[in-house]
Amino acid sequence: MATDSISLPLPKESSRSVFMDWLCTVDHKKIGIMYIVYALVFLVIMGIEATLMRIQLSRPNNTFLSAEAFNRLFTMHGTTGVFFVAMPILFGFGNYLVPLMIGARDMAFPRLNAFSFWLTAFGGFLLYGSFFAGGPLSQAGSAPDVGWFAYAPLTATAFSAGHSTDYWTIALLVAGIGSIGGAINFVATILCLRCPGMTLNRMPLLAWMNLVMGGLVLVTISPLTAAQIMLMIDRYMSGHFFDPAAGGSVVMWMHFFWIFGHPEVYVLIIPCFAFISEIIPVFSRKAIFGYPAMVAATTGIGFVSLGVWAHHMFTVGMPSYGNAFFVFTTMLVAVPTGIKIFNWLATMWGGKIRFATPMIFCIGFLFQFLIAGLSGVMLADAPFDWQLSNSYFVVAHFHYVIVGGILFAIFAAFYYWFPKMTGRMLSEKLGRWHFWIFLIGFHLTFDFMHVPGLLGMPRRIYTYEPGRGWEIWNLISSIGVIFQAAGILIFVYNMIHSYFKGAVAGNDPWDAWTLEWATTSPPPDYNFAVVPEVRSRRPLWDIKHPQDPDWKYE
Amino acid sequence: MSAVSMELHEKMVAETFSRGRVGMWCLIIAESAIFAIFVAAYIFYIGKSPSGPTPQILSVPVITTICLLSSSLTMHWATAALRKGNLLVFKLSWITTFTLGAIFLGGTAREWHHLIFQEGFTVNTNLFGTTFYSLIGLHASHVAIGLVALGTVMILSLLGKVRAEHAERCEVLALYWHFVDAVWVVVFTVVYGLGR
Repeated sequence: MATDSISLPLPKESSRSVFMDWLCTVDHKKIGIMYIVYALVFLVIMGIEATLMRIQLSRPNNTFLSAEAFNRLFTMHGTTGVFFVAMPILFGFGNYLVPLMIGARDMAFPRLNAFSFWLTAFGGFLLYGSFFAGGPLSQAGSAPDVGWFAYAPLTATAFSAGHSTDYWTIALLVAGIGSIGGAINFVATILCLRCPGMTLNRMPLLAWMNLVMGGLVLVTISPLTAAQIMLMIDRYMSGHFFDPAAGGSVVMWMHFFWIFGHPEVYVLIIPCFAFISEIIPVFSRKAIFGYPAMVAATTGIGFVSLGVWAHHMFTVGMPSYGNAFFVFTTMLVAVPTGIKIFNWLATMWGGKIRFATPMIFCIGFLFQFLIAGLSGVMLADAPFDWQLSNSYFVVAHFHYVIVGGILFAIFAAFYYWFPKMTGRMLSEKLGRWHFWIFLIGFHLTFDFMHVPGLLGMPRRIYTYEPGRGWEIWNLISSIGVIFQAAGILIFVYNMIHSYFKGAVAGNDPWDAWTLEWATTSPPPDYNFAVVPEVRSRRPLWDIKHPQDPDWKYE
Repeated sequence: MSAVSMELHEKMVAETFSRGRVGMWCLIIAESAIFAIFVAAYIFYIGKSPSGPTPQILSVPVITTICLLSSSLTMHWATAALRKGNLLVFKLSWITTFTLGAIFLGGTAREWHHLIFQEGFTVNTNLFGTTFYSLIGLHASHVAIGLVALGTVMILSLLGKVRAEHAERCEVLALYWHFVDAVWVVVFTVVYGLGR
């Protein structure tokens, strides 16, 4: 194999040059790590916001927080979670892993990649800048308090004085443009930079799912960008898009927001499916079951997800055929999702399962994501939704998806790929403590949160009267937060401790089969000294077992 | 230690698609979604303004539309000529493209000047004003960004810096320009046809 001989300049080891190195980098691995670290900081911030809200709701007529502060906290918690935790952390893993897995040198547009990261980063800083300068009085700071979906006309200048809503709008606009840049990079990288022999049919599922995610971002973030531009025209130029007095429609905002908002859920969950699809086979010691069905199901989910948005709007009063359409499309999502769950189970079936920390998080994911999906099917039923829309049942449902599904998959990914990124193993013992304590906390908080919803407790109330039967459930939910916070602290401690003192990982600690494990941990700037050539879906298996390679059977 | 440079890597991987083209197509998909939302809002709000003026105050911009649409043709000539290494035809067609685009933008500017200063019709006059200026403005801003890019290539080509090996990059830029033209067909139909 021909290689180009280039002498790399040795970097100076002063702290300033290390800092500048990260600040100016266009390397996909460094950008990936910056995305992840940035998202982890915001994860802790949003966790603190959630903790404050749970303290307030732990008993009736509590005065720990004012109503205004509570509104700001749930708005910031939701906005931060979707745009500045989940998106960047998944983009970070994708950035780090996709080029390595497809045997590429870097992303297709490295400078666009850095630009996208910094846009996302400044979006987050801007959102939190509102705490200092967003208030209606000069010099008074206040965060946005319009909810993460910011329904009109609450965002009109008459109801949102000051600039807190403008901070929200511009932060999301900026971060959205960053996401579109990142998505362009994912699609172009995966389609154009695969190493020799890596046909689409041999690509790791992680690359396939990031391809679908990238495509989905292109068509879902853009409507949000458009809606934010309209909102800015309304707020800054006295436009009338969402102004009912001048013939505008507030329901239009709902449509535009959820045309973004629902596929966004799949933008977040599809990369998590990707983690699960890579980790379960390695720890079951079996190739993934039903590779083509997985690809088809992912693409299917991508398309179906574009036609379900108005199930967030059943209570608005749509015509019955509109309701029926969105009920059916929403339930349709369960079909490809079910295919995936059965494929993961079939991969584990008969496998020689190793219950290492990444695997137990995946197993937790399977159970919890299933339950989240089932309560989703319940809410997809319009009459059921009429009863429970805007209640704590909905809050419990989507936190089951986001915490029980997405966050568990992200934890699995951390335990699995941390050795590749740092060269050190995370502690298994601490990992198990993290898993079990966080699992207990998660179930205490969110299992019991369904009940006050069924009993009629609306979301986004800052306090409630005693005697409605909500007290005990809210108290249990709040107690669960203590366990979740303890789990997160163990996780953070584990990462910091293992980064310095963890066992040395070596190139391939899990005996895995995809290309990222073929290079050193952490990989050199150029990823692969020799461009790999691939003949099957498990290139490392072929190298390790030359007498029995996969390509003989595929 | 030997290292693989990005360029070498590109030569070695069988590039079925060029990443510039794929990247531009992705951008076009994303932009189409933005336009789709603005067009949907425009169509939904047709006739919903409780007070005037109505779209009847608009006059159909026939000449500037012909200019913009024919600029796609000259753009095609330009890139085809560059591919063949015919730099003179490339420069002439490219300058013509830029000029036609600039005439279009000038036409929009004149239309807006007339509406704002003679008719007193602005973005906050009524709902029609809001949707009209946003949709036309969104498109015009895309034309303006395209003209900046086209102008950069034009200056570089007049300095003799653009040669046949840059055909690929110019074609990627041309994709964007064709997209801006195609969107105008939709915007024109909606604003000056359907909406009037």
